[in-house]
Amino acid sequence: MKNILKYSFALLAVGLVGCEPEFDSPVTDEGFYNSGSANLSNYVAVGNSLTAGYESGALYRTGQENSYPNIMAKQFAHAGGGEFTQPLMNDNLGGLLLNGTPIAPNRFVLAVDANGNPGPVRLEGTPSTDIANKLSGSFNNMGVPGAKSYHLVAQGYGNVAGVPVGAANPYYARFASSESATVIGDAVGQNPTFFSLWIGNNDILSYATSGGSGVDQTGNFDPRTYGPNDITDPNVFAQVYSEQVNLLAREGVKGVLANIPEITSIPYFTTVPTQAIPLDAATAAQLNAQFALYNTQVLPGLAAASVISQEEAAMRMINFSAGQNFPIMTDDDLTNLTQILMGQPFNLPAPIAGLLGQLRQVNADDLIVLTASSVLGTTPDPSNPQGVIGVSIPLSDEFVLAASEQARISAASTAYNATIKALANAKGLAFVDSKSALSRLASGGIAYDGGVLTSQFVTGGGFSLDGVHPSPRGYAYIANLMIQAINSTYSATIPSVHIGNYPTITLTNN
Amino acid sequence: MKKLLLFTALGLSMAVTYAGGYRVSLQGQKALAMGHTGVAVINSSETVFFNPASMVYLDDKLNISAGVSGVFSNIAYQDTETGVSAQSDNPMATPLYLYASYKATDWLSLGLGVYTPYGSEVKYEDDWAGSHLVNNIKLQAIYIQPTVSIKINDMFSVGGGPIYATGSVNFNRNLNRTITDLEGNRSNVTVDATGISSWGWVASTLFTPYEDLHVGFTYRSKIDMNAEGGSATFENVPNSPLAPFKDTSFDAGLPMPAEMTLGASYTFQDKLTVAFDFNRAFWSAYESLDIDFEDPNIPDSKNARNYKNSSSYRFGLQYDASKMFTLRAGYYFDGTPVREGYFAPETPRNDSNNFTAGLTVNVSKSLQIDASFLYSHFKEVDASYDYYYENGIAVPFGGTYKTNAFVPGLGLTYKL
Repeated sequence: MKNILKYSFALLAVGLVGCEPEFDSPVTDEGFYNSGSANLSNYVAVGNSLTAGYESGALYRTGQENSYPNIMAKQFAHAGGGEFTQPLMNDNLGGLLLNGTPIAPNRFVLAVDANGNPGPVRLEGTPSTDIANKLSGSFNNMGVPGAKSYHLVAQGYGNVAGVPVGAANPYYARFASSESATVIGDAVGQNPTFFSLWIGNNDILSYATSGGSGVDQTGNFDPRTYGPNDITDPNVFAQVYSEQVNLLAREGVKGVLANIPEITSIPYFTTVPTQAIPLDAATAAQLNAQFALYNTQVLPGLAAASVISQEEAAMRMINFSAGQNFPIMTDDDLTNLTQILMGQPFNLPAPIAGLLGQLRQVNADDLIVLTASSVLGTTPDPSNPQGVIGVSIPLSDEFVLAASEQARISAASTAYNATIKALANAKGLAFVDSKSALSRLASGGIAYDGGVLTSQFVTGGGFSLDGVHPSPRGYAYIANLMIQAINSTYSATIPSVHIGNYPTITLTNN
Repeated sequence: MKKLLLFTALGLSMAVTYAGGYRVSLQGQKALAMGHTGVAVINSSETVFFNPASMVYLDDKLNISAGVSGVFSNIAYQDTETGVSAQSDNPMATPLYLYASYKATDWLSLGLGVYTPYGSEVKYEDDWAGSHLVNNIKLQAIYIQPTVSIKINDMFSVGGGPIYATGSVNFNRNLNRTITDLEGNRSNVTVDATGISSWGWVASTLFTPYEDLHVGFTYRSKIDMNAEGGSATFENVPNSPLAPFKDTSFDAGLPMPAEMTLGASYTFQDKLTVAFDFNRAFWSAYESLDIDFEDPNIPDSKNARNYKNSSSYRFGLQYDASKMFTLRAGYYFDGTPVREGYFAPETPRNDSNNFTAGLTVNVSKSLQIDASFLYSHFKEVDASYDYYYENGIAVPFGGTYKTNAFVPGLGLTYKL
């Protein structure tokens, strides 16, 4: 009797474990969500660092897990989406090695210094991702950090031998199907049933982050002659971009395209104020006295002699006052006056002439890049406390994006965006206006369940510690925008994500 | 009659759970089989719990009842907005009871009860969607109750005794929705306290206006379980002064609410007993679950609960089918103490419908085997917990919940 009861109790117990409550309409049921006219079974994402999940100055595993394509693929899985593979890095440090030699630094983390001030620092540690170790197989995430539009169609872009000479991309070298493969070829070779394409950002971004140190190649149709910081010609962009879209969207394959955000949306260009130099009245007066002759005699004289325009003369005036001041800078776009100032009637000594040669003060139309924050106001020569960058030593041109440079970027990106939108319309593809979406982060932000997402550096939540790439939460915001666009274009009902569930920046002291 | 019982036992498809909050209403297989009625039922030493005043009316000199239940509870969660779904992976809980009563004289009985009226064991997959509220929790309270029962006259008796409660708690949750260490492992905290003890009391009365009718009333006091000096262990915390989470100790308090039960039973022709209990649980004592960390750098954890008093309505039948078998069936409706907006995943309890059945096998004159089965059914509910804060901003956690519980139980009754 006792045994019978014991066994029946045990049997009952086993049976009851399976009696889980069933919802009337479970989200896990096939058909609860649907993909509309899109087929999400094999999604391939093509793009650059944004697509790869690059953030805080490096590509690393947790960043990749929060890449917008990976977030989307997880949501796609509710509506017929299949497996989504990524060329995961080896670690969460993010640095790259080539045959054991470091070629890319680790990620930034937010550390607190000895004075209790938090700030981004590179994470210490030896990275373990050696790009000479080729990954096998194909990957749904074809995001290649650093890629420009024309790189996606460039043969040999994944040839590891080309990496040291800048002819190939270290990230793509890890997983290119062959040494002569193209990114777009490897993407199309996976026979995607659905794709996303977000490319073109780097065609202007490296020019912008380098303070306009490259060349605007508008009019030059041969990208093989471009330098790394150049602006891509809009016709070159249009040609390679439409080639890519035609390849990806062949036979009616559906997809989503995203346009290029404005650089003024990203904290890299908005964090350091143009009036970055605090001065007291005495110091300002002392500095103004030094520039008095230059402002009142030299510049008007040069303008009168038509060596420079009146406009340039006005731009070159140096004036300080008590309070916050514009730093002085070297501007390569100005007429170089060094030789003239060394000659008659000025007869200035070479160091002073050199200093004044292309000198001006930063103005309100300029943008100072984030990396200037570590040099502005510093004294590079400890034996000369008077040598302060921005006050007595001009800030280098690479730290300042002048209005003229911004105009070139704006012109190019406007042209790119026209191409992207026109192709989306022509092909009936979903379209994400990431330009508007990211500018909303910069102007007021986006409310979510836990606050407001903004582009404020470190604290806004939208961007990572490199000031250029979104944070995981920023990527989740983008993933939601993509999902919304797909849902509305293809009558799909893919669920979105709560962006508050995605992290922002990583706290760590080395 | 048998048909009716069978129908009740099988008609489980519309049924519900086992008690609001973290109350575990499994204090006797006989009573449970009758819808957990018992304040006015005199059939075994289970009365030590249900109504000590009844003890003195038990026929035998010595009555001992002991039993165990296996609680298989399940929670399903989904959020249609995001497609997230989760299933709890609750381990089987095994609440126990042991009651003994001894008839010292015709008018005085003494007894002892050991039972587990409060507890909870909920386990979700680590890092699930609600992991910032709970990953897993185990709450246990054991009540030890020496009891006395005094017959005033044939119609009226009183009973009661002190209660010594001892308990433990183990609770793990993630620190918030996003913080991780460098490798992406979510930062979490485990609070653990054992050997928490406190005192309370129970008092009851039984009124028997005529032979087949009993009316009973029992009041069990609130017991505040205050954990002092428990351990708080932080895991996967980033190495940063901005995340000052170091292992520390904590204080926290959790009330075991008072409850009162008023009920009646009537026996027809010595064979069929019907019972009705009204139970009121004073859950308003549970205002907030506050964890006070000793380390001043660690912000205290305040979790508003704001429970309300709740009622349950219990109906039971007992039928002496033969010398060998006594059959029982019951139903109770259990009102939730949880207010709208306070529906937290660690005790996701809405109103429940509970169906019970069971039987006693008379193995010998002195030994009985008691079996019971409870099925608790909670309606699917859209609910949220709106009082979780990040940086001072409320972040509601909501979705659709559906829970159930299956509770088979076995007991022995020994009479001398």
